[in-house]
Amino acid sequence: MAISLTSPLQDRTGTEVVRTPIIDTDVHVYIQPDDLERHLSPFWRDHYLNFGKRTYDGMLFPRSMPMAARHDAWPPNGDIPGANLEFTQMQLLDEFDMDYAILTPLTGTGEVLNFDFGLAHAQAVNDYQIEDWCAHDSRMRASIIIPYEDGPLSAEEIHRLGNHPSMAQVLLVTRTREPLGSRCYWPIYEAACEYDLPIAVHFGGVGGSGITGAGSPTYYIEDHAGMAQSFQSQVTSIVSQGLFEIFDNLKFVLIEGGFAWMIPLMWRLDRTWEKLHKELPRVKKPPSEYIRENIWLSTQPIEEPLYPHQFNQMLDQLAMTDRLMFASDYPHWDFDNPLRAIPSTVADGERRRIMAENAAELYDLPI
Amino acid sequence: MIDCDIHNEVPHLEELYPYLPQHWVDYTEESSFEGPDANDYPEMVATTVHPDVRDDYFGDGRCNTAARVRLIQDRVLDPLGISVAVLNNAFRVPSIHAVDLAASMATAVNTWQQEQWLAADKRFRASIIVPSHNPVAAVQEIRRWQNTPGFVQVLLPVRSHVPYGVRNMDLLFEAIADSGLPAAINFGGAPGVPPTGVGWPQTYYEIHAGMAQVFQSQVMSMVYEGLFDRYPQLRIVLLEGGFTWAPSLMWRMNKEWKGLRHNVPWVKNWPADYIRTHFRWSLQPLDAPDDPDQMLEILDMMEADELLMFSTDFPHWQQKEIAPGVPDWMPEDLRRKVCFENPRAFYSLE
Repeated sequence: MAISLTSPLQDRTGTEVVRTPIIDTDVHVYIQPDDLERHLSPFWRDHYLNFGKRTYDGMLFPRSMPMAARHDAWPPNGDIPGANLEFTQMQLLDEFDMDYAILTPLTGTGEVLNFDFGLAHAQAVNDYQIEDWCAHDSRMRASIIIPYEDGPLSAEEIHRLGNHPSMAQVLLVTRTREPLGSRCYWPIYEAACEYDLPIAVHFGGVGGSGITGAGSPTYYIEDHAGMAQSFQSQVTSIVSQGLFEIFDNLKFVLIEGGFAWMIPLMWRLDRTWEKLHKELPRVKKPPSEYIRENIWLSTQPIEEPLYPHQFNQMLDQLAMTDRLMFASDYPHWDFDNPLRAIPSTVADGERRRIMAENAAELYDLPI
Repeated sequence: MIDCDIHNEVPHLEELYPYLPQHWVDYTEESSFEGPDANDYPEMVATTVHPDVRDDYFGDGRCNTAARVRLIQDRVLDPLGISVAVLNNAFRVPSIHAVDLAASMATAVNTWQQEQWLAADKRFRASIIVPSHNPVAAVQEIRRWQNTPGFVQVLLPVRSHVPYGVRNMDLLFEAIADSGLPAAINFGGAPGVPPTGVGWPQTYYEIHAGMAQVFQSQVMSMVYEGLFDRYPQLRIVLLEGGFTWAPSLMWRMNKEWKGLRHNVPWVKNWPADYIRTHFRWSLQPLDAPDDPDQMLEILDMMEADELLMFSTDFPHWQQKEIAPGVPDWMPEDLRRKVCFENPRAFYSLE
């Protein structure tokens, strides 16, 4: 692809355009059964073939399209979307001339009920990312998948791969069994901090009970839109349990949650903290200060205010443009095109930060 | 001036005994049952009662219905010049699985409200308490009171065991719609399911702050699952859940509808339009930003003119004042709507 990329505003002026670097912080890779079997040990391959990958039941919100994927994201050779290196390169990284892509496998590893198999599954997915993807494309970085409901087993996997140059972060999902401030997850944070790896929390998951604070709704649209409420519950837990006072250098990245909700959440957390801070001895300052320092947010699905000027008002209220990172969510149906995702009203400096600079700093990627 | 959210809690279970069938009084005494439980407003927690009136509220000899009526008159109605005060009682009958007892408790609370509150001051209006976890029983309670002067809405806790848009709840909302009364959804509840989508938090702070997400989930459920398409006349006020999250929820719900509306084909308009048509918000807690200009931006984003209704949320501790008045930043034209015109229209007051 020979096109130069820049903001839509500059495109229309006809002046010489400057290429805007792009780091995509949410690129999904999937592992097909034969690849999984190839990366499992003989014992766990046998287990997988005899017992399968058992997880929570009663959590079905049938999605609107197979694999929640774009219709054009199915590779012609019959692979599933996100499971074919060359096709992802062609359709995403080359097409948009991306500098880097952070791989975020959604493999349901943390939902495996047998934690020992969960660890084996995580190891297989991680080796698959390293050997089958990152080894073939220097633009790609991987996420350490862990059986996150078991803290010590998860720490084991983080220690195995924490120094590997391909690993950019540790990956969990939004809907866990307990809120993420809970002590059962602390071994994960301790291990991740040892290698200066951020904890990424991606849209999705089930923790085995209702997916809202009032039981389970009915439709996929509620499962999907309601992820914003689960993210808010996690931020509330993370901050109020004082994780950022306990673990030096702990960083969270919230992927595919959107970000407009963070504004009223910070206000509510601060106002409530003013009255109830005695219950939270580890929290030494207003919750919003911890959030703005230690939490990064990916853009997709980007909120669309009713009037364009409100988008910039929203960014001003958020005051986190040094923490926002572009994400496409490829190959899912709600993919955000890097050329069009950020409204044209956003100033160039902020756009550059969002499209690449913030991610380059967080993940230590030269651009 | 109309105050949409004042709490008239039951001081002691014994105050309800005159209104309970003897069978349930005996049962309650024999089993040492102390009444419904809820994590929403524990007596000792700071936010439950404003520090300046804590002694008046719980002190010896003052923890009874007559004293609480006087307290509200003296500290809220008279000083602020309130002409109509809507009482919202948080007696959590849905926390009692024994549904016959729960239903009798609801009837007792409603009778107690009629005799001890509505009869005591003509400025008071009351909310019908229902065993909302069992729509069949709840419908009976709504029909019992819907034509009784002074009862202006049906009260539902925001925490429920299934979201309110789910069709299992249709009997309940059909009865509310038929009654012509609005529903009020208020902070708290004790349905026995976790108050978040990710399990049980450890602190009261998390449950309290996190209640805003439960409100958001309920709005989403009611709009997407077609409650307002089935009952177009249904109107809802969200009490004590904050409102600054409304713009972000509207944007997200609109965006999701663009991509997934074939999931919910009965939703024919933008979700934000449904929200603005069917929902109102009480004013407190403000959950305000430090910068008042940003609050004005939020009002503009949610097109708040018709949507907000004044409340003090007495006796809960929200602001410095015991009964907070209208915030300074509120423009004059909005002030009149929020304090008077919006609630008058919502409750069809003379």
